[in-house]
Amino acid sequence: MKTKNILLAGAFALFGLTAAAQVGAPYIHDPSTIMECDGKYYTFGTGGGGLISADGWVWESGAVRPGGGAAPDAIKIGDRYLVGYSATGGGLGGGHAGRILTMWNKTLDPNSPDFAYSDPIEVAHSEVDEDCDAIDIGFLMDPNGRLFCTFGTYFGNIRMVELDPATGARKEGAKDIDVAIDCEASSMMYQDGWYYLLGTHGTCCDGANSTYNIIVGRSRSPFGPFLDNLGRDMLQGGGKMVVAAEDRRFGAGHFGRFVVEPGVEKMSFHWEADLDLSGRSTLAIRPIIWKNGWPEAGEILDNGTYKILSRRRGYALELTVDFVRAAGGMRGFGRQANEPVVKVENQKLEEVIGGWPEGNIDVRANDYMARPHQKWTIEAVPEAGGYLGGPYYKIVIEGTNRALAAAGGQELVTVPEFSGADEQLWKIEQLTDGTWRIAPKAIPGCHHPEKFCLYSVADSTPTLAKFDFNNDNAKWDIKLVK
Amino acid sequence: MKTIFKTITVAMGLALLMPGISGRAQVYADSSTQLDKYLVPVTTPTAAPDAQGFLGRWMLLEPISKPNRSNTVFVDSYIREAFAVQYFKGQLGDVLPKDGDKIKVTVEYQPPVNLQGGRPMGFGMEAPKYEQKKVTLKWHAFDSKMPNVKLFRFATNLTEDRYGVIFWACTVVNCEEDIPNVRLAVGSNSASMWWVNGEEAVILSGDRRRVMDDAASQRLTLKKGRNVIWGAVINGPGMSDFCCRFIDEAGKPVKNITLSTK
Repeated sequence: MKTKNILLAGAFALFGLTAAAQVGAPYIHDPSTIMECDGKYYTFGTGGGGLISADGWVWESGAVRPGGGAAPDAIKIGDRYLVGYSATGGGLGGGHAGRILTMWNKTLDPNSPDFAYSDPIEVAHSEVDEDCDAIDIGFLMDPNGRLFCTFGTYFGNIRMVELDPATGARKEGAKDIDVAIDCEASSMMYQDGWYYLLGTHGTCCDGANSTYNIIVGRSRSPFGPFLDNLGRDMLQGGGKMVVAAEDRRFGAGHFGRFVVEPGVEKMSFHWEADLDLSGRSTLAIRPIIWKNGWPEAGEILDNGTYKILSRRRGYALELTVDFVRAAGGMRGFGRQANEPVVKVENQKLEEVIGGWPEGNIDVRANDYMARPHQKWTIEAVPEAGGYLGGPYYKIVIEGTNRALAAAGGQELVTVPEFSGADEQLWKIEQLTDGTWRIAPKAIPGCHHPEKFCLYSVADSTPTLAKFDFNNDNAKWDIKLVK
Repeated sequence: MKTIFKTITVAMGLALLMPGISGRAQVYADSSTQLDKYLVPVTTPTAAPDAQGFLGRWMLLEPISKPNRSNTVFVDSYIREAFAVQYFKGQLGDVLPKDGDKIKVTVEYQPPVNLQGGRPMGFGMEAPKYEQKKVTLKWHAFDSKMPNVKLFRFATNLTEDRYGVIFWACTVVNCEEDIPNVRLAVGSNSASMWWVNGEEAVILSGDRRRVMDDAASQRLTLKKGRNVIWGAVINGPGMSDFCCRFIDEAGKPVKNITLSTK
């Protein structure tokens, strides 16, 4: 374990990484929707096998899926997992006979005595030369308990068909329906009365030259038509961008949704090439943000110096220290217009730090005035592991090691030196409305810290309290200090 | 199970007309691939654009073999060079070829695709050397039954070529008066170039998917009388097609036009 931590830390240092990539050995193509099983996370990929993670951030190979083929997906129904995959591998330049298969397992843990896949059954197929290539299955269970799957590639149409959630087989009498064209890796999700169809456009499987990107349309019906934000039918190529390339990562494809809890959602997909990881195809996880009814990829917070502003009032998190007047004070009105313009410097840390107590200092929220006691440097701590789609961070006053920490009694404090203790580590996740949840890894004396987050109990008083997405007290804006 | 796939039915029923959406009924999958599902011969002097303004009447030349193992080669300079080759007399001209006209052209011959094979070409594999061969290709006057013109099915139904090809298409847009400030909006699979009255109007480079209104020309004037539109689509492995329409300043389709092949 220590060796791995050193390697992780080394990787961050070597490449100057932000926290934007999963760590460990997250190498996969066409990852299935992430499943949680007995406290671990699983995703399967093309060719068989897949990845396992104990925390959702550090991934290693080890998941087991028989059958080979391409582009699996998975869904939990009751206490079982339904895994779908393509027995074939697509044939963009050749034939297009494809078969979509599903199979059940009670557990995804290959070491469990209950681990056993049922015999796969065919739920859809394509003929050798029709306008469809039956690979790339994606499941959706809607709120009415109806199970659907989509499939298809660039060769013709994306199709969907209803399945029987009790058997995983094709629902009796169900017919295939064309829902989109010129996509790959389709998937569906449901949100607020809309059915969303996601597909991958662009060039696949060409490393850093892959233009793969994930697009979406929506419909009030599971059968479409799925229209984009301009009203274009996905059968006419419509689609609104969900996630495309980043500066060091290219080829976003094969969407899967994971709802952590209300207001906290993640999307999984692959990068065709992560330049920080040898240009290999890797697992990616990003927050899902919903804007005006449309999903898009949020961010994993980059290392940087930020102001942390409450959604309750807009006040900034700060140390409880004296407000020290800065240069540029009131100079009176009506001065002459022709006096030379000079640049007035911001207050600097060295001007004020001498007046701060040396021991623990409390925190509060106050008007943001760009003062040193309001500027927080947030950095990933790679050796601390993480959670689904993100690393733990330390939060220190810029230019110091004074760290924000959870204190006993579910309160807050800053300690003079960051030690790496769990109560000084923070989970920082972007929520579906674009704001952030800041939650401690541990709280001294608290056996169940996982529900607690940084919380505004009064305009000027932050504390730790249980997260509620519908309460602005539990949300924060994190903005770069410029 | 197979009967479901074999059913040759495109059911455009009335099911699921949901409020707030386009009203299109669900489209049941149809495994048939015969030509008249996509394109039918021209039988009338003129045709109107469809409800969304898409131009459905075209003269289509059978595909010119142009082997490419990947569509990632279709950068701007590549397709400009490919489409600058003079394959036939009157290319980009004001006079359209006639239905049934034939041309002779020397191409790199590709053996028919092995449909029983899987993905036959790996990235980075060296392309084989192709034999030069003189072939005769025929022009066809077709009306599309879809918003898009399914070049791939035109090819698979009438020729041996389906991948690694160039398609040439042309049509005439007839206007009763000048229509200024319109744009030719195009989507194509894969790359394509388009000309209006002899002037280059749109280029769609790269590994393209067919997306309606993917790119549009600058503002232009459709003049009273005949306006000749030419297009060329190139594809490696993939399902070639295109869709074209004229849109106005508001992005609405221009429909006070007719289409002909003369």
